[in-house]
Amino acid sequence: MSDLTSDAHGHEHPKHELSDHAKRIYAIRDLLIEKGVITEKDIQCQIDYQEARSPANGAKLIARAWVDPVFKARFIADPKAACDELGIDATAINEFVVLENTEKVRHMVVCTLCSCYPRPILGRPPDWYKSFNYRQRAVVDPRGVMREFGFDPPDDVEVRVHDSTADIRYLVLPLRPKGTQGWSEDDLAKLVTRDSMIGVMDALSSLPE
Amino acid sequence: MTAAVDKFKPGDRVKVKFEDRPGHIRTPWYIRGKTGWVERVYGEFLNPESLAFGRDGLPKKTLYLIAFNQVDVWGESAKTQDKVLVDIYEHWLEPVA
Repeated sequence: MSDLTSDAHGHEHPKHELSDHAKRIYAIRDLLIEKGVITEKDIQCQIDYQEARSPANGAKLIARAWVDPVFKARFIADPKAACDELGIDATAINEFVVLENTEKVRHMVVCTLCSCYPRPILGRPPDWYKSFNYRQRAVVDPRGVMREFGFDPPDDVEVRVHDSTADIRYLVLPLRPKGTQGWSEDDLAKLVTRDSMIGVMDALSSLPE
Repeated sequence: MTAAVDKFKPGDRVKVKFEDRPGHIRTPWYIRGKTGWVERVYGEFLNPESLAFGRDGLPKKTLYLIAFNQVDVWGESAKTQDKVLVDIYEHWLEPVA
């Protein structure tokens, strides 16, 4: 990694000019290591763990819920136990709630205060989820935001925006697209986009190219 | 320690207190002073207003899912059937007759 250089402590720092926030993070990291609170290995493990979590976890859960009504009932009643069944580690979430979309109801999730997000299930939130623009407009004009994602909820649909301000993390269970009877779970999972689990759009109706 | 009795139950109409004070407050500004109803009772959680300052978060606070009609929050420009739902701790809620 040519962008990095070693310093006196023996680990690497970027050569380019750092922001104040970045400098503070590196200083805190160095202190934690020097004082023996954590090790370099702990940090690397945590980075690997963060990177390993992705919307594929959510898609797997949704596809299973679409094909197996009994699993779906369990997923809604006790989402963390359902994750455990599929080998997805959701223990980092304090409370986890699944919001089921229907023909007449669409859910959408935002955190107006910061960027609360079901990370074990969806990985890191997209930048737009953390933007002031989305955080303001999701609650004021959810239909306008959905239209920008290419989804125009019909007039007779109820839109329910969840502002996740506290200990609960929300995941939207999108509607199973019409015409997908008999599809394999793997193919169904490809229709479940990250954005459909945030609720700004429905699941895809055909396989992505 | 016995569990505290929840002050509100699903369906109860509640008003969010309008308070302006410093601290790590999880009640968004736009919902303060607004009236809605209890959708779900989530149970007791450590109080983030205390946790954020390195304190113990005790006593725990009951957390509710409160639903509001979009028109009651933003006015007539919103769709009548649309809702905004916010997780709010009990000490921010007062009963509505």
